[in-house]
Amino acid sequence: MLSLLIFLPAAVAAVLLLARVPDRVALWAWLVTGLVTVGLSVGMWAAYLHGHGPGQFGFAEQVPWMPGIGSSYHVGVDGLSLPLLALTAVIFTATAVYSLRERQQPRSYAALFLALQTTSLGVFSALDLIVFFVFFDLSIVGMYFVIAGWGHGPARRRSALLFFLYTFTGSLALLLGFIGLYVASDPHTFDIAELAAHPPLTGSGAAGPLVLAAIALGLAIKTPTVPFHSWLPPAHTDAPAAGSAVLAGILLKMGTFGFVRIAMPLLPEQWRTYAWVFVGVGVASVLYGALVALAQDNFKRLIAFTSVNHMGYILLGLGAAGLAGDAHARSVAVTGALVQMVSHGLITAALFLLAGVLLDRGGSYDLTRYGALAGPAPRFAALTTVAAFASLGLPGFSGFIAEFQILAGSLGPATPAAAVAALGIVLTAGLFLWAIHRLFLGTPRTGQVAFADLSARELWAIGPLLALSVLIGVFPQSLLGVVTPAADHLIALVGR
Amino acid sequence: MTAHEDPAAFAPELILLVGAVVALLTGSFVRQERQWSAQLVAAVALAGSLVAGATAGASGQTLYAGSYAIDAATFAARLIVPAAALLVLGLSAGRVRGSARESEFAVLVLLASLGTILLAGSTDLLLLAVAYLLASIPLYALAGWARDPAGAEGALKTYLFGVLLGIVMFLGIAVLFGLAGSTSYADLAQRLPGAPPAALALGAVAVFAGLLFKAGAVPVHFWVPDAVQGATTGAGAFLTTVPKIGALLALYRFVLVLPDDAINWRLLLALLAAASMTLGNLAAFRQDDPARLLAYSTISQVGYLLMVVVVADPVAGSAPLAALILYLAAYAAANLGAFAVIAARPGPSTLTDYRGLARQSPALAGVLVVSLLALVGTPPTGVFTGKLTVFAATWDGGWAWLVVIAAVNTVASLYYYLRWIAPAFARSDPATGPAAGPSVPGSPREALAWPARCVIAAAVTTGCLALLIGIVADGVLDIGSAAIKW
Repeated sequence: MLSLLIFLPAAVAAVLLLARVPDRVALWAWLVTGLVTVGLSVGMWAAYLHGHGPGQFGFAEQVPWMPGIGSSYHVGVDGLSLPLLALTAVIFTATAVYSLRERQQPRSYAALFLALQTTSLGVFSALDLIVFFVFFDLSIVGMYFVIAGWGHGPARRRSALLFFLYTFTGSLALLLGFIGLYVASDPHTFDIAELAAHPPLTGSGAAGPLVLAAIALGLAIKTPTVPFHSWLPPAHTDAPAAGSAVLAGILLKMGTFGFVRIAMPLLPEQWRTYAWVFVGVGVASVLYGALVALAQDNFKRLIAFTSVNHMGYILLGLGAAGLAGDAHARSVAVTGALVQMVSHGLITAALFLLAGVLLDRGGSYDLTRYGALAGPAPRFAALTTVAAFASLGLPGFSGFIAEFQILAGSLGPATPAAAVAALGIVLTAGLFLWAIHRLFLGTPRTGQVAFADLSARELWAIGPLLALSVLIGVFPQSLLGVVTPAADHLIALVGR
Repeated sequence: MTAHEDPAAFAPELILLVGAVVALLTGSFVRQERQWSAQLVAAVALAGSLVAGATAGASGQTLYAGSYAIDAATFAARLIVPAAALLVLGLSAGRVRGSARESEFAVLVLLASLGTILLAGSTDLLLLAVAYLLASIPLYALAGWARDPAGAEGALKTYLFGVLLGIVMFLGIAVLFGLAGSTSYADLAQRLPGAPPAALALGAVAVFAGLLFKAGAVPVHFWVPDAVQGATTGAGAFLTTVPKIGALLALYRFVLVLPDDAINWRLLLALLAAASMTLGNLAAFRQDDPARLLAYSTISQVGYLLMVVVVADPVAGSAPLAALILYLAAYAAANLGAFAVIAARPGPSTLTDYRGLARQSPALAGVLVVSLLALVGTPPTGVFTGKLTVFAATWDGGWAWLVVIAAVNTVASLYYYLRWIAPAFARSDPATGPAAGPSVPGSPREALAWPARCVIAAAVTTGCLALLIGIVADGVLDIGSAAIKW
């Protein structure tokens, strides 16, 4: 069942490419596939809640692949991965809806996104380091072609290349770390479950920190955190709206997911020793992302930099998990980090799709070229405002639950860090309010084009994402029910 | 060591030899327009050799008084070399067909393949010397096959290097013979440990020199770019793929007879591996000619391959040998795939000429992406699993710093491979139209002559192989599960 979920999009993509179906059929096939994956992941979520304890993997499948080097096709889901699988399905479906009117080579576009969806689902389900790496790397290749092929702006190929070089470099550092884990394990294996049961580098001297450094470097570039974030703004600026939504909503989570799936449980001793580094990098990302976003006139770059800020919170929460202190508080911080992954995915995907609307209507992301859009485009204004409030962490939205838990949980173990990071919330609140002010209020700019409001297609793509964010904000238990036990289990693993 | 010889055990090599003779005779007696029959003979011989090699397996027996072993390394060479040579025949069909020296091409490919397999299987220094000559001399002719000034220059450079390093190698063989009183690997392994280290080092390094020339590794790599650029595309593909297979397997086998404590050959090879991958990469950065780019890329790839030789060990089921075989097979497919794309587009000669390839021929663009990303080592291609196993074996052998250098080099190599992929997927400039003009082979609307179809088929086959080897990696790794024998 899990393999079906993972490979269904790729299979549809292959059919689309080989069968040369008409463009409209291809786009609708993409959408239908997306809806099926949503159904499948929700079904798996419900089934997992009945009958699986924390730390147990549901829907596990293991097939020998390269037994000679201890690697197998091993997949399974738990409380860490289920929310991300569902998020993947939802965001890809939203981009499918949004792209229903794509005109430039729609068939290849749909196939590319479906293939990307398979790689994303694969990363979040992988229980073998090599399987994880294969999907991780393929997602980079897929996104390269999205940006280079369907991006806009004169520098899109340069941005795509920058993205590729950066994240591929990261993935190779990651691979080195994986090989280090493999070499240190006895018997040699790449199996995540086995490695987590017997962390291979415990009490190993210098090798452990080096392996953690390699893995952390790879994941930090993908996440991205300061100072490895410089690929992100150009990639986002030049990617198509749907590409940005997937890149920020899903691909960035591969980095943070790697921390909770691999770095923390497989290298617990090293994580505890160097937790303060991750806390520091997290806080730096929070502040830097917010401050730079404040200086942006380009709406899309602004959202991109708030991603750096939001990813910083996740790292702060995860770093706090490795510090000494009340286990319950640290578990709350990790829960917040996991919720933030989902929340940021939903909200940022919505914001990027809205930015796509902005470009579609006005031909630019430049905030200084718009004004008083609330008049001609009330629905656009309403949704953008809602998304911005969700992103800045207003109560009632998922972002509040996430950031509140991260800050509350890390306040005990990392008091100064949490206090400084709280400033980030003020900054993001300010920058979003200012952006909304510039876009929707005041007077129209000279030469501003007539701005049509959101179409039904755009509404159906963006609306559900924000509705889900509200749902999590109002009924957090729907998400916490699966996330909290997983966070408790993770704290126990890191505490070994 | 068995005294009685079973000729059937030597069948894969004999088939190649007979094939070469028959192809030569065919080429001499049939008329010019029917010369393709020599190519057909060569293809049949290669296929026959492949089948015979596959059925023979790795029996572990030795032939001809212990001078030739049929073990994991030979088995691998018997599979990879004919398969690669077949693909070379396919991808060069467009250029070779109709040429005055059509049959010569086929004969040279067969003889060089035979020499390469012998190189991989030699367990006696004298046979190694003979195999070196048999593997090298056809290559000189192949490099200059087109008889144009560029080809002549490349062939001359290859020839001078090959002859010089051949002599150095023979000198080394003589020294080792003097030290051990025998040229058989079994005797060398027993008697070399007591030899004077200085003489032993001289002999070993001299033999390395010859084999590194065949592999195209630093510091004896200078012939590679000129030969590849000057030669026809098919010959270039052959030069950068097939000799490596024999050279690296021979090197792997040879280092095992060297005593570990007397000379630090592992460190020497580790440094050469690091130098090869680094210098090859640095030189590849600036290249605008795809053939030259692939020539430097191949120099850097030898560096990764040499890493496993550094940690060579004779144990059955040894990870280094399995990793070497997997990497060789995967590299052969990926490298031939890239050359096949060049062969399918005879006109353009710079990277920017590939602009718009994805529009004109999605199949070729697909092969290009798969091949180049495979050369980088992107999953799920074969080179990824090859690199993974190579890195793991090298790290496990205690050479973690070499693995780190290799990873850094892999990152650097990304840049120049992407320089070729990026234009292929760029939209063609509407003002000037597609750079290569409308007559691109592989575009579906055009009726193609069979040689062109052959080239496309070879390209697509190699692309599929590059992917497939990654997925069935375990089967390839199994080949390396038998021990090295002598």
